[in-house]
Amino acid sequence: MDLRPALDIASLTDPGKVRSHNEDSLAVDAEAGFVILADGMGGYNAGEVASGIAVTMLSDSLKSALRDGLADGETSPLVQTEIERTNAAIHQAAQSQPQFSGMGTTLVFALFHDNRVTVAHIGDSRLYRYREARLEQVTRDHSLLQEQIDSGMVSREEARRSHNKNLVTRALGVDPTVAVEIQEHAALPGDIYLLCSDGLNDMVADEDIRLTLGTFGANPKLAANQLVRMANDNGGRDNVSVILVRILRDFPARRGVLARLRTWLK
Amino acid sequence: MAKLIVTLDGQPITELELGKERVTIGRKPHNDIVIDNLAVSGEHVAVTTLHGQSYVEDLGSTNGTLVNDAPIGRAPLQHGDEIEIGKYRLRYANPEAIGARKEPADFNKPAIPDKPAIVPTQGGSDLGAHTISLAEHREPMAEPASQEAAPPAEIPPEPAKPEENRAAIQILNGPNAGKELDLNKTLTSLGKPGVQVAVITRRPHGYFVTHVQGDRRPAVNGQALDAHPRQLADHDVIELGGIKMEFYLR
Repeated sequence: MDLRPALDIASLTDPGKVRSHNEDSLAVDAEAGFVILADGMGGYNAGEVASGIAVTMLSDSLKSALRDGLADGETSPLVQTEIERTNAAIHQAAQSQPQFSGMGTTLVFALFHDNRVTVAHIGDSRLYRYREARLEQVTRDHSLLQEQIDSGMVSREEARRSHNKNLVTRALGVDPTVAVEIQEHAALPGDIYLLCSDGLNDMVADEDIRLTLGTFGANPKLAANQLVRMANDNGGRDNVSVILVRILRDFPARRGVLARLRTWLK
Repeated sequence: MAKLIVTLDGQPITELELGKERVTIGRKPHNDIVIDNLAVSGEHVAVTTLHGQSYVEDLGSTNGTLVNDAPIGRAPLQHGDEIEIGKYRLRYANPEAIGARKEPADFNKPAIPDKPAIVPTQGGSDLGAHTISLAEHREPMAEPASQEAAPPAEIPPEPAKPEENRAAIQILNGPNAGKELDLNKTLTSLGKPGVQVAVITRRPHGYFVTHVQGDRRPAVNGQALDAHPRQLADHDVIELGGIKMEFYLR
């Protein structure tokens, strides 16, 4: 099913004001209805290799899997399997080639299907949802800082000034297996989904993100530009990447004969 | 009696009571205030005082005269106004217009504290670029003036907060003509959602207007916006859906 009429998608990535190269990678497939953002890490250019592999592999495998259409309940397992396979591939590359040793990447992923969104993430790249003038952080960072907040060692106020913001506790490619966090939510017309690397949310306060989505919401491309500009205006200490998905209308799955037959056969 | 207080880089240099009907300021020795600086013309400006009202008049100087940032030929003076000549500032102080007795005492202190720390864009004071650097210097200078003039009501209230880059827009026509809108948020949207929307963004180096929604694009000074944000200059006129509004810096 072609989701292009239902989704207005814009994406933008920028090296920022300090770093010379960009280790973030993005993929957008409006037709299949998914978006992927990865923030790579590792010496030399290994970071962009890791994020590049993650985004390319995942988008290729999903594109072919989604072409046939999925039945109810198949989505999350498929996403999980594909991310695990991607993890193994990055890990293997890191093991076999010394220059890629220790490379890894965060991942945040959203797949829109049947008036729902399946969200998967690993690490500290985030997905936010803007709905009815409220901004909600849907994903919870897999980071040392978030763990410290959860255990009550650090207050939210202290967290904002913390120096170890960027220590992730989970990443794709660093271990042979990975624990992916997957959630599924209803997606409503008018919703705006923001996927971003920490170069955005470290530099721009949530309130300013909310204001930007509220003001530029009708035009995701301008909103993406504005978000990246704000991150750079505030210092741009890291690569900054954003993907915005605005839901234009309902997108119920086609309940065709074939799909029903497939469900029945299972 | 009204007087002029001359300062350079925030330091008071001299002051002159305006006892005569006409005083002149310039580089040549016959002036009432002599400023020996190449950026100052031989006879640069005159201040004429009649019935308690003073006027400043540029005497055809080479580098011009600013009053409160704006170039003038001739302009009436109000208490607290600043005349700028080259790198020098002449503050016009007229305690009678104030009515507050504490005023003269305040003015005898160094009238203009030198606080480069709060200058938003500290321009260099290199010779040859006087007018530009002076314009940049002026903002913080206005601060002490508004504080000193606080008690009486005759002075136009200056909504001055030590915030850099304060700007606003004023609607020029239509039912809301005259209405002002402070641009105190990072983003301010204008227009009707669903019809035509433009957004003014505040960035560290200025204000920008962007077209967001609608078939017709807003115009700035009669020129339609393209896809890129356009930086706004003082007194630019934005037109959106038939409504004109003026952007200005406070």
